[in-house]
Amino acid sequence: MSVATSQIKLTPERSRPSVRSRLQDALPKIVLAPSFAITIVFVYGFILWTIYLSFTNSKTFPSYVITGPRAYQRLWGWTFDSDPPSSWYTSIVNMGIFGFLYIAICLALGLFLAILLDQKIRGEGVLRPIYLYPMALSFIVTGVAWKWFLDPGLGLEQTLHQWGWTSFHFDWIKNKDFVIYTVVIAGVWQASGFIMAMFLAGLRGIDGEIMKAAQIDGATTFQLYRRIVIPLLRPIFLSAFIVLAHLAIKSYDLVVALTSGGPGGSAWLPSNFMYEYTFKRNEMAVGSASAVIMLMTIVAIIVPYLYSELREKPR
Amino acid sequence: MSAVATPARQASGGMSTKTLNRIVIYGLLALFALFYLMPLFVMLVTSFKTMDEIQNGNMLALPKAPTFDPWIKAWSEVCSGLTCVGMKGYFWNSIKMVVPAVLISTLLGALNGYVLTKWRFRGHTLVFAMMLFACFIPFQSVLLPMATILGSFGRFGVTLQNATGFNFGLGNSTVNLVFVHVVYGIGFTTLFFRNYYEAFPNELIKAAQVDGASFFQIFRRIMLPNSLPIIVVTVIYQFTNIWNDFLFASAYAGSGDVMPMTVALNNVVNTSTGVVEYNVNMAAAMIAALPTLIVYVVAGRYFVRGLMAGAVKG
Repeated sequence: MSVATSQIKLTPERSRPSVRSRLQDALPKIVLAPSFAITIVFVYGFILWTIYLSFTNSKTFPSYVITGPRAYQRLWGWTFDSDPPSSWYTSIVNMGIFGFLYIAICLALGLFLAILLDQKIRGEGVLRPIYLYPMALSFIVTGVAWKWFLDPGLGLEQTLHQWGWTSFHFDWIKNKDFVIYTVVIAGVWQASGFIMAMFLAGLRGIDGEIMKAAQIDGATTFQLYRRIVIPLLRPIFLSAFIVLAHLAIKSYDLVVALTSGGPGGSAWLPSNFMYEYTFKRNEMAVGSASAVIMLMTIVAIIVPYLYSELREKPR
Repeated sequence: MSAVATPARQASGGMSTKTLNRIVIYGLLALFALFYLMPLFVMLVTSFKTMDEIQNGNMLALPKAPTFDPWIKAWSEVCSGLTCVGMKGYFWNSIKMVVPAVLISTLLGALNGYVLTKWRFRGHTLVFAMMLFACFIPFQSVLLPMATILGSFGRFGVTLQNATGFNFGLGNSTVNLVFVHVVYGIGFTTLFFRNYYEAFPNELIKAAQVDGASFFQIFRRIMLPNSLPIIVVTVIYQFTNIWNDFLFASAYAGSGDVMPMTVALNNVVNTSTGVVEYNVNMAAAMIAALPTLIVYVVAGRYFVRGLMAGAVKG
């Protein structure tokens, strides 16, 4: 549509203002409508569909006869009284371990590195990209790299043995009780640099005058950070927590690539459980129920956050 | 330093603590740099070693006789399951999926952001919030319905094929993945453009409207020419995300010669027939990692900005 054509159209517009101007008014909404419709159908509609499926007895193929909350009862019924523990129980426990350690270590390490980097470091421009590049890699590549690095016969253990530390033993990746911690290591390696960048941006945004005033009042560096800087970084903590929490709940690829699920599915997270039960074990209703539980967890974290973010500036 | 500093503790003590502090800080920073670089370094050197050297040598040693063979093998011969045709086909699958998906989702995001900031209507915040929430959902909660829908697209494609001789791309795995990535990518792209256009001066739009410019003219002549930074950010973000995706790829194109790169890599690494050729596996992993790494090296600043924008608020 060029300028010339629209100027020609200017005359008929005056004779029939209603149709054209109504179209003009509606145009922005018409442009937005497809995207919004797609979101309604493929996000919210599909979520309802999944919830529906979780209340049926779907196995290999979807069935649309409601049979009640049997899938949920099976998920939680397996949980506590079975031995060996059920896959769902393992997944939930793993989620707890992984989620807590991943978020806590990423936050601590990210903040620590950001504070170190903020000490007027020469070569910051070189270090920062080194800390952050893992975020550009796919979880599959990260998993392949760490699988090799942590393999007792090939990686770290073997190397230290060659260097003479023959008693060194590190086989977590093959140990069903410890394999989830290797997922934490690789996950932290991937995301902590990004959390560092978030904190660094926050630190750079703090008013230098406040720092100077505190220093004049005789605050030590440690006090300065504990009492002034870290409290000022609270919004960053919140954002970083949100990012990490939803990354943790969505984590799927890393477990697959790093551990192939671990010995006997011992490294599964709920996302792996969902995929396995839905697509490999033909337990569609159970898989859907697990997806619904994952979604509810995310909703509990994200919705209050989005609400507070979008509400504060009414226009 | 300590020998000099001890006698005159009062005077130079502060000085030496400061130096010591600097040494500790730089030491720690260097240590962490090693931690982050180690896996990439190991992957890279391993991909240039012969199998003999891997079995007998040290993981961290540089290759004694660097060889490109693992890379060549990974590109054109390596086995994924029972098919041994290398990664090249899967690499192109990924390219064919990424390019249209990125372009379409970016364009839609730009239009949505434009409407949501400059042509506001009642309820625009709710519409935006609903699109934004879509960024955060675990995709497991839509995986199954989407599989069903894609399946019926495929059947419809067959019907069309029989009726008209052309299936309009329905049922093609690459087309399916493009569709899926556009659908679940517009939340992010809309977020990026909305936040960017929010700061764009309304006066310019008003002035253009007074001059008789239409909705699309303003978009094309005023908004787009001023959007280069956010376009770069969005394209990089989408490119990285879609290239690295594994869940959708394995669910909707998980086997055969339609697999994208990530799925193929995972299959190659887990193919257990014969001797495991670690050097070839590492070369394959490097090939999968290179496109996003290159983007990161070339435009790292924009990459970080995209991550931040995606992370920090709406």
